[in-house]
Formats: sequence, C-alpha cells, structure tokens
Amino acid sequence: MNEQSTPTSAERVEKLQGLGSSRKRVEDVRFTQGKGNYVDDIKLPGMLFGDFVRSPYGHARVKKIDAEAALAAPGVLAVITAEDLKPLNLHYMPTLAGDVQAVLADEKVLFQNQEVAFVVAEDRYAAADGVELVEVEYEGLPVVVDAFKAMDDDAPVLREDLEGKTEGAHGPRKHHNHIFHWEVGDQAGTEKALEEADVVVEELITYPRSHPSPIETCGCVASMDKVNGKLTIWGTFQAPHAVRTVASLITNIAEHNIRIVSPDIGGGFGNKVGVYPGYICAAVASIVTGQPVKWIEDKIENLTATAFARDYHMTGKIGATKDGRITALSCNVLADHGAFDACADPTKFPAGFFSICTGSYDIPIAYAGVDGVYTNKAPGGVAYRCSFRVTEAAYMIERMVDVLARKLDMDPAELRTKNLIKKEQFPYTSALGWEYDSGDYQTAMTKALETVGYTALREEQAANRKAFEAGETRSLMGIGVAFFTEIVGAGPVKNCDILGLGMFDSCEIRIHPTGSAIARLGTISQGQGHATTFAQILASEIGIPAEDITIEEGDTDTAPYGLGTYGSRSTPVAGAATAMAGRKIRAKAQMIAAYLLEVHDNDLEWDIDRFQVKGNPERSKTMKEIAFASYNQAIPGLEPGLEAVSYYDPPNMTYPYGAYICVLDVDVDTGVIDVRRFYALDDCGTRINPMIIEGQVHGGLTEALAISMGQEITYDETGNVHGGSLLDFFLPTAVETPVWETDHTETPSPHHPIGAKGVGESPNVGGVPAFSNAVNDAFAHFGLTHTGMPHDHWRVWKTAQGLGLTG
Amino acid sequence: MAKIHVKMTVNGREVEGLAEPRTLLIHFLREDLGITGPHIGCDTSHCGACTVDLDGKSVKSCTVFVGQAEGADVTTIEGIAAADGTLHPLQEAFREHHGLQCGFCTPGMITRAHRLLQENPNPSDAEIRMGISGNLCRCTGYQNIVKAIRVAADEINSAREAAE
Ligand code: FES
Ligand code: FES
Repeated sequence: MNEQSTPTSAERVEKLQGLGSSRKRVEDVRFTQGKGNYVDDIKLPGMLFGDFVRSPYGHARVKKIDAEAALAAPGVLAVITAEDLKPLNLHYMPTLAGDVQAVLADEKVLFQNQEVAFVVAEDRYAAADGVELVEVEYEGLPVVVDAFKAMDDDAPVLREDLEGKTEGAHGPRKHHNHIFHWEVGDQAGTEKALEEADVVVEELITYPRSHPSPIETCGCVASMDKVNGKLTIWGTFQAPHAVRTVASLITNIAEHNIRIVSPDIGGGFGNKVGVYPGYICAAVASIVTGQPVKWIEDKIENLTATAFARDYHMTGKIGATKDGRITALSCNVLADHGAFDACADPTKFPAGFFSICTGSYDIPIAYAGVDGVYTNKAPGGVAYRCSFRVTEAAYMIERMVDVLARKLDMDPAELRTKNLIKKEQFPYTSALGWEYDSGDYQTAMTKALETVGYTALREEQAANRKAFEAGETRSLMGIGVAFFTEIVGAGPVKNCDILGLGMFDSCEIRIHPTGSAIARLGTISQGQGHATTFAQILASEIGIPAEDITIEEGDTDTAPYGLGTYGSRSTPVAGAATAMAGRKIRAKAQMIAAYLLEVHDNDLEWDIDRFQVKGNPERSKTMKEIAFASYNQAIPGLEPGLEAVSYYDPPNMTYPYGAYICVLDVDVDTGVIDVRRFYALDDCGTRINPMIIEGQVHGGLTEALAISMGQEITYDETGNVHGGSLLDFFLPTAVETPVWETDHTETPSPHHPIGAKGVGESPNVGGVPAFSNAVNDAFAHFGLTHTGMPHDHWRVWKTAQGLGLTG
Repeated sequence: MAKIHVKMTVNGREVEGLAEPRTLLIHFLREDLGITGPHIGCDTSHCGACTVDLDGKSVKSCTVFVGQAEGADVTTIEGIAAADGTLHPLQEAFREHHGLQCGFCTPGMITRAHRLLQENPNPSDAEIRMGISGNLCRCTGYQNIVKAIRVAADEINSAREAAE
C-alpha cells in the first residue's frame, strides 16, 4: 500500500465526525432554503379544514348549540358537537395523567376558549365563517380561578362528570375539586428536624402559569383511507408512537391500521407532548367525510387551550445550623391543574420528579407533598423545556437557599458551597430517594465563581449600594447564583411509564452494501438536531462517517417503538439505544472480519473504522469492506446482511447540573432591568456536539429570561384569560436578549453507554432561579426576602415602591 | 365571496390567480402558489415567521391583503439563493454558525436579514438586533443568528470590494 495515501488515525477520526465534533447540521440545508416540511405545509387532494367554536365563558352550562346558519354558509360541510361524538364514545378522551378531558364540551364548559364545536369546511376562511355563525346559548356559572379557594367547602363543583368519585388515578380525592395528593419523604422526621434547627426559614414561592409557546402552533392533517381502512395522521407530535397507541385504544381502530407521522416540528418545548381535541376532531371529521382534514390552531388558541406549564404554589421550609449547614427541607405544593388533569408526567408521578427538590445539596431529611386541584383554567401542566416539574423544584430550592442566606447573613455562594453534595458521595442517594449518578459540584462552582470574578462583583455591589444610599445613583446591582441539578432521561421501565407504556427508547440500524447506513429511532427532533447528533454517536460506534448515515424519525410505520422526545430524554435514552445497536453491528462485523482475515474473533481489535489483527495492524478490514462482505459472502454460521435493533431500558435517570451566575442592574424608578452578564456553566456528561450544546444553552437561557422576566398567563375573577396572545405574552426579541457566556465541565454518566446526560433543558431549569435570585438580591439589603416572578417592569417598580425606594 | 384577479412577480416569476379580497398574502403564497417557505406563527403580527420582501421592503405577509400586493415584486426565502442554486452568504452563514434549530423562524429571519443588509450593509451587533426585532425565535436565543448575519455581511462586503 502506498504510504502517503494512508490516512493517519487523526485523519480517520476527523472524517467520522463522531462524538465531540462540532459537526454542522444536516437539517439546515433544507431549512435555510425554505424546504422544511412542517404540518401546515401538507396539502392533500380534497383536503378540508377544521376550526373550533370556543367558549367565551370560564364556566357555563351549554344550553343549546344551533348550527343551522353555519351549515348554510358557503363551503361549510359539517359542524360536530359532543352529541355527535357520544355514540362513538369519543366526547371524552383519556389524558396522559389518568384523567379524562372533554373533546368537545359536554353540557358544560370549564375554561375560556374550551372547544365546543368543530366546523369542517372547504378551506380555512370558510371554516372561520362557519365558526362565527354557530350560535351557542350559555348559562354562566361561578368560576374558581384561585387555586387556594378550589377546595373551600362552598366552592362550585367543576367536574360534574366525576361526581361521587372519591378515588382518582392517584389515590383518594378529598374534595370535589381535588385531583390527588402525592407525597414522598419522612414528614414526621422532617418536622422534628425543623423544630430542632437553629434557624428556620419559610416562604411561599409561586411559579406562575406559563406556556411553552413554540413559534409553530399545534396541528394535524388526518386522512382516513376508506378503501384500505387506514387512518394516517401527520401532526405536531413529540411522541408519535404513544399517540398511535392512544388513538387505537380510543377509536378501536387496530393499531396497524393507524399511521402517525411527525413531519418537521417547529419547536415543541413540551407543548406538543399531549393529545388535543383538535387531533381527535380532525380524525373523526376525516372518517365521517372520507376526505383529509387539516386542523391548525392559531396562536391565541395555542396560548389559551393547549398545554400550559407550571402554576405551582410551593411553600418551602428549610432548617439549618447557625453556621449554615442545612438540616431539613419540607415543601408543600398546591398545584393548579386547570379543568382537566392533562399533565404529561410518567403515570406513577402525578407531580413529575418534583422530589428532586433537595437540589444539589446534601440534605439529611426531607419531605415533599403535592395536592393537585381543578380550576376553571386551561388543562396542561407540561414540562416546558424541563424534565417533569423539575424547574419548579429547582426554582423553589434555589430561591429558598437564598432566603436562608439572608437570614444567616451569609453569602449565597458560600452557603451553597457549604452544602453541595461532595464528589466522593456519588452515587448519592437523596433524602427523597433519587440516586444521583455522578457529579463534581465543587469544581463547577469554583470555576464559575472564579470566571465571573465573584469576589470583585460583590465588592462592586457594596460600592453601588453605598452610592445608592448617598443618592449618587438610582440603579441597584443584583447578583444571582444558582446551582441546579436536573433529573432527565425518563426512564427505567420499572418505575416510568406513560399510560402503561414503558419509557424505554429504541434504534434500528441497517448498513447498506456500500458501507453507508440508515438508523431509525423512536424519538422525534423539534430542533435539537437529531439527524446530526445521532449520526455522530453512531459514527464513533461503527466507524462509518456521520455524513454517510441517514437518521429517520417520526413515522410509526417505519420507526421502532419509542416514547418520543421531551424531558431531555432523547440523548439519555434513544442516544443510548443508538450506541447499543451500534455495538451489536460491531459485534457481527467482528465475526465477518475474522472470517475474511482468517483469524479468530478474539485476535481482532477495533480501531476507529476497522478491525485489525492484534499486533499486525497492516492486516485489517474496514467497516466498508465488512459491510460489502456481509451482503456478498456466504459466511458459515452467519446470516447475510448487517442490521441491528436495540430497545434500551435505562438503568437510572441521568443528572446533568450546572452553576449559573447572573449580574443585572435595576432602575428603581422605572423597574427596568438591564442584564449585564449571564454566565452558564453546564455539565451534561459526555459532549456529543459542542456547537449544538451551546445553541441549546442559548435557547434555554432565553426561555428562562422570558419566564422570569415577563411570561404569565392569569385569569380574572370572571374566568377571562389574560396573557393569551403575543400582545401580552412575553417572547423576548433579539433586543431584550443579552449575550450569553457558556462554559462547561464534563463528568460522564457512569451508567450511560457513552456517558451523555442530556442538556436541552438545563438552561431553563438553572436560568430561572439565577435571574430571579439576581432581582431579589438587588433589593436584599433593604430587607426583601422574596419577590415573585415574573420580574416585569411594573412588578419590580412595585417592589421598589414597597420598600420606599421610589421618589 | 366574489374573487379578484391578482398578478404579481414572486421570486422573479410572474404569477396570477383568483382570490377572495380578504385573502392574506401569506395564504395566497402558501396555499395557492405552494410557496411554503414563509410560515405562520401568530395571529397578531408579532412573530415575523411570514416575512417576505415586497417591493424592496420587509413585510409581514400575514398583515397584507393579497390585493395590496397586486403588481408587486415579492421575494420569499425560496428566492434568496442564486438562480444556479448557489446559496446566499446568509444561508451559508446560518448553517455555519448554527443560527437555526427547529428552522421554523428561519425563512422569515433570513429574508428579513437579507433586506436589512441592503438597508445597512455594515450593521453593528446592536443594529442587527434592532433590525431583526420583528422576528421572533424561540430556539436559538438569537446569539448565533446575530453572529451569522454579521459574518454574512462581512463576506458580502469583501466580495463587493474585491469586485470593485
Ligand atoms: S404570522 Fe406572525 S407576524 Fe405574520
Ligand atoms: S429556530 Fe426554532 S424558532 Fe427559530
């Protein structure tokens, strides 16, 4: 062989563009040219359009629906109501949380903008005309919009359909508006420890109702092919296989006759996990009319009817010694779930993984209890760019640690450092039962503090406070520190399922004769770049360049079964399945290579992209050669072809973590906040594609900015929703968004095949408390312990005014 | 509803069609012409996903009636690359610098940036941020978008200088 032409090991690794490479995204070639294929881009012959008549009331009886005028309008073909769905038993659908949700209002509406009737017309304009013409007679009922009043004795009964049901999906219900009580930990022991503590702080921390609000709303195209009896639904589904199974269970159409396809998805952030009435109505309309039916919600519908997030009222209590050692934590949560319990949590976890609320700290004893209640608000409760209820937990503990620091008159960073779980304690079992896989928290904390020059910042702040007192400035400097631990990658089938479906994930690989490959997964990208990164995982495992590997997801007819993409589970679960399937390929490849080289399997070793004879690297077979041999040689004892499938049941969750520091200035006269600096150090274990990780962190931090500084969906006392359009709901533009500084440490997960932990959601989980702590910190020296989110100008100004700081 | 006859140039091609007067330009483009690059992300003219170029100005095509575009010269994301398929420096830079994730805002964002660089060929970062503030992105946090636009501007400028 010609010496010069033999690539070096480094060149071969480079060519693979495997793990650790900032490979450019393959998706972008299409997207930058307007060649994406999102659900609203789908156009089928004879396609009709569906649109909803929605309730103007928060709580009302539906007395009469008159569709006559609508049906007479040009282009309107049908108006579907609950009465039409009843004979099919489709007027209610199961939710992911074990409750049911009205597909179309059954005699009563329970939140403003609830779906009341579905108008099917020739195009979207005619459908909108039809919606205007449907006459609905309502009789208003008293509303419950304050979660704290939901369980009053005289609170109106919201869910008449549950009348007499004292047992819910998660145990006993103690009131007609009660959904569940869930608790974990040692309540008596925690109370005792709190009583015995030198200091105790208590605070009600509210995480307001928000919404994931991707730029693309939810929608679908349902097409019933009456000739072969097959129902196909293209839609914005973060979990296509789960949707297929649910669709089969509720329609009684056999699962093989349903095909669910997720095309390109324009962002999800949790919004597209649930099953919504629009999907069911479009499917029914297609079955009835025999024509494809498209349903695409508009932004107002998206914000007010599909998938809110948060709405947690958390009362935290921390006990500590005088010198700042945390001795106990308790937290009682009132969870506002809206009109139907449609939370997208693993079934056995009605409060998600809220019990990660001991955070990054070594807390000896703890208790968490959560009560869910019904109110006249939209259903949802999705994990908005976080793992299930983890951002709520992180916000609570990170705010509480700051509250404790005030009480002890200690620096918040120092207090954290004192209580961080130590490197040698991993794997660490928390007081609430989670086994944290790996971490080196102190190193991350120290690196963060040093990089931002924390000591100097505090000195500058002291000077700023003096200047403020002296009347030399009207601006206050705030420094926010957060050290968060996420829990992602749900999860082990033994305790994680959704509607009985174990939360494993899958990958199926087929190597083509000429040495390129296709891999199909049970997940679905919504911007995470799976087509790029999963090919990288595989490239490193099987030695085929990433550019020669096609990644396909989202079509239930071709992809192996998986539970989809949310809760940062793709990398921890499907990423692991990919590596494991790759290893099966390699194992067979080794046998083929042994045959070709006429040596024993054990005499071979893997080297980047080939098997070589131990001690004689000149004798080798590349993966490409092996692939071809697998198709053209009759190898004794081996089947032809080179394929593998892996269903990966993770042994544990993964626990990414990070240290975030925010520096901002607050103008006390206007409440305007200027984020001067935001530093984010993430440890997500092995880094598959640093460029993509950084992009995910930028995006997550921007969502954290949005949540902490402005997002809120509220309801007035008559049940009208506020914050339900982009006029009121804050999505930051490039102008409000600061420049992000990112950094990392790398502590691989010991139980994940490649050590990766997942990162997409960390910045939201850690970012929110960092911002909020910074705002609170700006006022701390005036005795402020806690002011709630969102920290919009008005609220911040109110806080300043309350402290007597405004002119 | 009676339809009106409309005629315009889209991406250099003359097109015509019949549409109800209330038809929004975005719907005419997407549904009648099959030009699905520009997207719909809101109902309040906030998101900019529908941004197209209309007679040399960026417009949100969800806020323009099709009749208002009568006789106009419209450019969408599909018309940004050169006729021979060579990508525009902005398209290259968005990919190179990871200026997109889900890609839903991208057509509007690039189309807007394309116009911005004609209005101001050498914008500062602050001017870029202001210049794209009518276009929302939920995925990227804008940082890499700003970078991509700056890099593309530099490239276009040096290509122009080299040509002069
Ligand atoms: S669709 Fe949002 S601005 Fe046009
Ligand atoms: S890339 Fe997803 S909205 Fe911008």
